[in-house]
Amino acid sequence: MAITPPSERIWWRQPIAKIELIWIVVAFLWGLTMFFMMIYWHGAGEQNLSNEAYKIKPQRFAEHAQKMIDEYQVGEEAGFPVVHPPPGSDVYLIARLWQWWPILELEKDQSYRLHMSSMDWQHGFSLQPININVQVHPGYDMVVTVKPDKAGEFGVVCNEFCGIGHHTMVGKIYVVE
Amino acid sequence: MPDNNNTGEEQSPDPDREQIPLMQRVLDNPFLLLVLGIAMPTVLYIIWGIIEITQIPIAD
Amino acid sequence: MSKLFDYRTCPTTGLRVDRAAEKLIKANAVAAVVFLAIGGFFGLTVALTRWPAVHFLPADWFYLALTAHGFDVLLVWIIFFEMAVLYFASAILLNSRLAGPKWAWAGFALMLSGALITNVVVLQGQSSVMFTSYVPMMAEPPFYLGIILFAVGALIGCGVFFGTLVIAKREKTYEGSIPLVTFGALTAAIIAVFTIASGAIILIPTFLWSIGLVGHIDPLVYKTIWWAMGHSSQQINVAAHVAVWYAIAAMVFGAKPLSEKVSRMAFLMYILFLQLASAHHMLVEPGISSEWKIFNTSYAMYLAVLGSMVHGMTVPGSIEAAQRARGLTKGMFEWLRKAPWGNPAFAGMFMSLVFFGFIGGISGVVMGTEQINLIMHNTLYVPGHFHGTVVAGTTLAFMAITYILVPLIFRRELVMKKVARWQPYVFGIGVAGISIFMMGAGTLGVARRHWDMTFADAVLPFDYPSAAYLMMGLNGIFAIMAALGGVMYVVVVVGSVFFGKKLAEDEKPEYPEVPPESAAVSHYGSAETLKIPGTAFLVGIFFVAFVLYYFVNWKYLSEIWPLS
Repeated sequence: MAITPPSERIWWRQPIAKIELIWIVVAFLWGLTMFFMMIYWHGAGEQNLSNEAYKIKPQRFAEHAQKMIDEYQVGEEAGFPVVHPPPGSDVYLIARLWQWWPILELEKDQSYRLHMSSMDWQHGFSLQPININVQVHPGYDMVVTVKPDKAGEFGVVCNEFCGIGHHTMVGKIYVVE
Repeated sequence: MPDNNNTGEEQSPDPDREQIPLMQRVLDNPFLLLVLGIAMPTVLYIIWGIIEITQIPIAD
Repeated sequence: MSKLFDYRTCPTTGLRVDRAAEKLIKANAVAAVVFLAIGGFFGLTVALTRWPAVHFLPADWFYLALTAHGFDVLLVWIIFFEMAVLYFASAILLNSRLAGPKWAWAGFALMLSGALITNVVVLQGQSSVMFTSYVPMMAEPPFYLGIILFAVGALIGCGVFFGTLVIAKREKTYEGSIPLVTFGALTAAIIAVFTIASGAIILIPTFLWSIGLVGHIDPLVYKTIWWAMGHSSQQINVAAHVAVWYAIAAMVFGAKPLSEKVSRMAFLMYILFLQLASAHHMLVEPGISSEWKIFNTSYAMYLAVLGSMVHGMTVPGSIEAAQRARGLTKGMFEWLRKAPWGNPAFAGMFMSLVFFGFIGGISGVVMGTEQINLIMHNTLYVPGHFHGTVVAGTTLAFMAITYILVPLIFRRELVMKKVARWQPYVFGIGVAGISIFMMGAGTLGVARRHWDMTFADAVLPFDYPSAAYLMMGLNGIFAIMAALGGVMYVVVVVGSVFFGKKLAEDEKPEYPEVPPESAAVSHYGSAETLKIPGTAFLVGIFFVAFVLYYFVNWKYLSEIWPLS
C-alpha cells in the first residue's frame, strides 16, 4: 500500500504496465507540443509581447506623455485630453491613481509603439472588450507595438488592485477608420 | 549532508542480495532531493530572473 | 530497537502512534480548521459583494475582506493542515517518534502568533493591500512581520519532518524505502523549504522598508521573488494533496500503487520543476525575456505537468485495480459505480481528483501559456483557476482525509454521519461552480480584485457584457453552496472532536467503513496482468478535453489586436 514501505526491496526494477507506459509517452509528447507551440507562435503568430522595456523615472515618463499631448491633442472629454498621434509614432499612456491618461485616438490598421508606465503603484492595463491584459509598473516603461484591427470605442480598465479608488480607474481608447 | 554514506550500511549482509540501483538510492535520499529541489528553482527562476531585470536598459 | 517513547498502538493499522506527534497533529489540524472557517467567511462576503445584485460590502470593507480571505485560506489554513500531514506522514506512517517535539511546538506557536498578528492588523483596516502586497503599496509593518513569523514557524515544522526521517532511518523503524505517501509529503516539504526561503528573502527587506530602514524595493524584483513564495506555496498543496489521494486510496481500498517507480518519478518531477511555474505570474511583465518566460512557465517543457498527468492515472488506476481484485470486474465501470460513494473520505478524494484535473489543471496550463496569458492575466479567470486547484483540489482532499484522521488520531467517532456523507458533494459542487463561473467572467474580461463591475463611480463609463453579470450572479449562488459545505465540514469536525463518542484504546472505528483486508488486493500489481480499462477511458476523455480547450484558446488569442 501507499502508506506502507514498498513490498519489494528493489522496486526500481519492477516492470511498468503497458497502459502506464503509453500514458507517460502521450503526456510527454503533449508537453513537448505545448512547449514548441509557444516558440512557434513567436514566429508565426501575431500576438506576442516584444518584452522591450526601459527603466525610467516617473517624472521623465510624464514629460514624454505631456509632449505628445501638447503636440497632438484634438479634443477633450470629461477633463481628459483626447490625443490623435500620427501612425507609427511613440504613444504614451500614463497609469496613476486612478486614471489612464490621456484618451488615445488611434487609426485602424496602423501600428503604434505604445508606452505604458505607472506614476505610483502597480496597475493593470486591461483593454476591453478585446481582453488584452498587461501589467504596468512604476519605474518601468513597457513598450508594446499595437495594431488595432477593429474600429470603435474601447475601455481601459485597471485590473491590478491599486487602493480604494481602484474600481473608478477607467480610461478610453478610440480607434477610427 | 549526513545521509550520503548511509547507502553502504543499507547493503544487506547477505552477499547474494543485489545492490540497490542508483536511481532508487537517489530517490531514497531526502537530503539530496532537498538540495536539488532548492537549487533548480533558485538558479532557473530566481537568479536567471533577477539577471533579466538588472539588464533592462535605462531610458534616456 | 528504538529508544522508548510514549506511544499507543493503533488498533486499525497496528502502527505505534507517538503521543507527542499525535498532540501536534491535533493542534495543527484544529488551528487549520479555525482559520478555514475565518477565511471562508471572508470569502463568502467577497463573493456576495461581487454579485452585482447583492453588492454586499462597501469598498473599503471589500478590499479588507479580500486581503484577509487570501491570507487565511491560501496560506494559514493550508500550511497548518500541511504541518499535520507532515507529522502524520513521518512519525505515524514510519512508526517512529517525532524529532524534537519541543521545536515543533515552538514552530506552532510562531505560526499561530504570526497568523494572529497579520489578521489583527488587516482587520484594523490600514493594510488592505491584498495577499500579494505588491510594492510600492505599503501595509503596516506588523502585516509583513506576521507573515515572516508564520513562515519561520512553518520552516521549523519542515525541519522536524526531516529530522523525523533521519531518526526513523537510524532507529530502523521501517524496512526499505519510505512509503509512497511519505515520499509525497517529502516532496511537499522540499517545496515548502524553497517557498519559505523565498518569502524570507523578499518579505524581510519589505518589512524593513515599511519601518523606514530600507529606501526602495524594486517592484519587478519584488514580484519575481514574491511569486517564488506565492505560487510555490500552492505547489506544496499539489504535492500534499496528491499524497493525500494516495493515502485515501490506500486506507479506503487497500490500494497498492501501480508502480512505485512511476509514482516516485512523478513526484521527482515536482521536486525539480514544479516551482518554476511561479513564472505564470510574470508573463506580461515588462522587460523579462521570452526565453525565461517560456522555459519557466512550462516547468521546463511541462515535465511537472507530466508528473501530474501520471498521478492522474495512477491514483484512480490503483483504485480500479484494487476493486477489480475484489471481484468488481463487470464492464468498464462496475469498480467505480460500486465504489463507496457514501464514504465522505472517498467521495471527497475522487471529486478532488476530477476537479483538480479537469478544472484547475487544464485551466492552469492554458493560462500559463506565454501568449495566451495576455487574454487572461488579472481577470477573474485567475481566481477561477486557482479555486479549481486550491479549493476543489487541495481543500476538498484535506477535508476528505479529515474524516479518516478524526477517528484515527482524535480517537472519536464522527458525529452527524448524514451531514458528513453529503458534505463533500455540497462543498465540491459549490466550488466547482465558483471556479467555472469566475473563469467564464474572466474570459469576458471582468477584472479580479475589483469592487464594482458597473463602474458607477468612474468618470469615463464602461460596461461589461450582460453575460458577465449572469456569471457573477451564478458565482454568488455557488459560493453560498460552497460556504454551506464549509459550515457542514466545520460542524462535523468540531462536533466530533469535542462531542464524538470516545473510542477505547483498542477499539477500531466503524465509520467511515473500510473494506476488509484482502490478500488478492495486495497481489494484483503485476505489470503483465494489470487491467484498468475504466481508468484508461477516463484519462482518454481528460486528454481530449485538454487538447481541445488548449487550441480553442489559441484561436481566441489569434482574434485580438496584433501585438509585437
